Amino acid sequence: MTAPVAHDLGKAVTVPATTAFRMTAGRISLDGREILRGVDLAIEEGEVVAVLGANGSGKSTLIRALLGLIPLSGGATELYGAAPARFRQWWRIGYVPQRLSVGGGVPATVREIVSSGRISRQSRFRLTSAADKAAVTRALHEVGLSDRAGDPVQALSGGQQQRVLIARALAGEPDVFVLDEPTAGVDAASQRHLADTLAGLIQGGRTVLLVAHELGPLEPLITRAVVLKEGCVVHDGPPPQAVGAHALPGHDHVHPHAPHPGAGALSGWSDAAIGSRAENLDL
Amino acid sequence: MIELLSLDFMRYALAAAVLVGLTAPAVGTFIVQRRLALLGDGIGHVALTGVALGFLTGTAPVLTAVVVAALGAVAIELVRARGRTSGDVALALLFYGGLAGGVMLIYLTPGGSTASLNSYLFGAITSVNGQDVWVIAVLAVLVLAVLAVFGRELFVLCQDEEVARSAGLPTRFLGLLIAVVAAVTVVVAMRVVGLLLVSALMVVPVATSQQLTRSFRATMALAMLFGVLATVGGLTSSFYLDVPSGAAIVLLALAGFAVALAVGRFVRRSRTRESIS
Repeated sequence: MTAPVAHDLGKAVTVPATTAFRMTAGRISLDGREILRGVDLAIEEGEVVAVLGANGSGKSTLIRALLGLIPLSGGATELYGAAPARFRQWWRIGYVPQRLSVGGGVPATVREIVSSGRISRQSRFRLTSAADKAAVTRALHEVGLSDRAGDPVQALSGGQQQRVLIARALAGEPDVFVLDEPTAGVDAASQRHLADTLAGLIQGGRTVLLVAHELGPLEPLITRAVVLKEGCVVHDGPPPQAVGAHALPGHDHVHPHAPHPGAGALSGWSDAAIGSRAENLDL
Repeated sequence: MIELLSLDFMRYALAAAVLVGLTAPAVGTFIVQRRLALLGDGIGHVALTGVALGFLTGTAPVLTAVVVAALGAVAIELVRARGRTSGDVALALLFYGGLAGGVMLIYLTPGGSTASLNSYLFGAITSVNGQDVWVIAVLAVLVLAVLAVFGRELFVLCQDEEVARSAGLPTRFLGLLIAVVAAVTVVVAMRVVGLLLVSALMVVPVATSQQLTRSFRATMALAMLFGVLATVGGLTSSFYLDVPSGAAIVLLALAGFAVALAVGRFVRRSRTRESIS
């Protein structure tokens, strides 16, 4: 479990990694309310980063801002060193939104939605190529939906729709995967499936940035956790769960305060735990 | 039917009916997917101001209607994209402004009265002449060509705009493109069903089709078929039964929707039963 962390830190020292996302003093206000209050963050290639925090802490806003979907009210963001407006290599980014939009009730098959993930690799006047079709077939197989390819997405369960969204991103063969709450409202089987898919991607050297309220089975994959509280980064380093007994495989992560809605994944972490992990990072 | 084709005005009317029956539902599929089903209505009301402006200035009403409708569509899209006012409120504002503007302008036109707007409000397909058919044909081909070239991108945009942006698509351009294409379609269909019923041809065949289909492509293809059946069927029945063509077309389309709703329920139910057993 600590192996990927060590590996990654080693890589960061020896190889000058490319920065996939960078935010410098990022501020965002929506309707006069400050959602992000001066966030500094850099995501290097090959990292597996989880943005954690309670509901309303600004997690989703942060990653949508990193993608250039929301304008900043202060500071700057960069995608592979370019401002979002000047960025051209969008095929390098695979965005997985929280929910599948049902498109006003117009039916669309699983294959149609997944095929649309190829859009940033296609040119306007050229027909769908054999490479496009092969990538879509691979993506469907990867998420275990090959047999549902011809079904309308509206007929799928929430967990299956989540897999369609992941397959759409996979089909584009991006370098970075950005997932917004991939574990929210998804059944345990689909969560494990997601963990397996992500593990494969990470092994292939892909960068993963995800937002989560609860990590669940994704926990062992994460190499770095960024914790937001009221629009500020309050922790940035290895995931604190990996301390002591929590790191043991098969450890059941029980939150003593789970029944309280809105209790973040982090509220159980002591400052000491976060501090000790931060020290470990400095080594 | 042969009797129909022997009449010049009916030949033109049928040609216009087929062209409109094909284009309106094709554009409508994207509009419905974008959750802007009432966009056609908003543009239709704005186009009325354009028609009246044509009367006032002595220019061809179709020309002024295209220009004003396109400007209205751009305005709707810009207000929607700003996100400060919700899309339906923006549409509602244009409904009222367009209708009031049209009535006011026609009042200011010497010798003009709201009666001159009637054929534009409710359609007058039998008054279509050879030149009109050419204009309609060129515009219809233009609309279908845009959909063929940009269809893949429009599908992503209309499905989820943020995903489209994160894929690097020119979302602002595509949003304006589909709005302007819808405006052109409204003006093309204006002569056939009238501005007040134009949106029905963009929405009802799509709603009918989606009761029966599983894919986006099939939905669009079937909607275009239903569109042509409604326009040609409505026109023919209006000729034989001596009823207004615009209303006949829309009522026929709605009857088709009711049938599809029942058939769709039945098909889905038997499908579920199959998968259970």
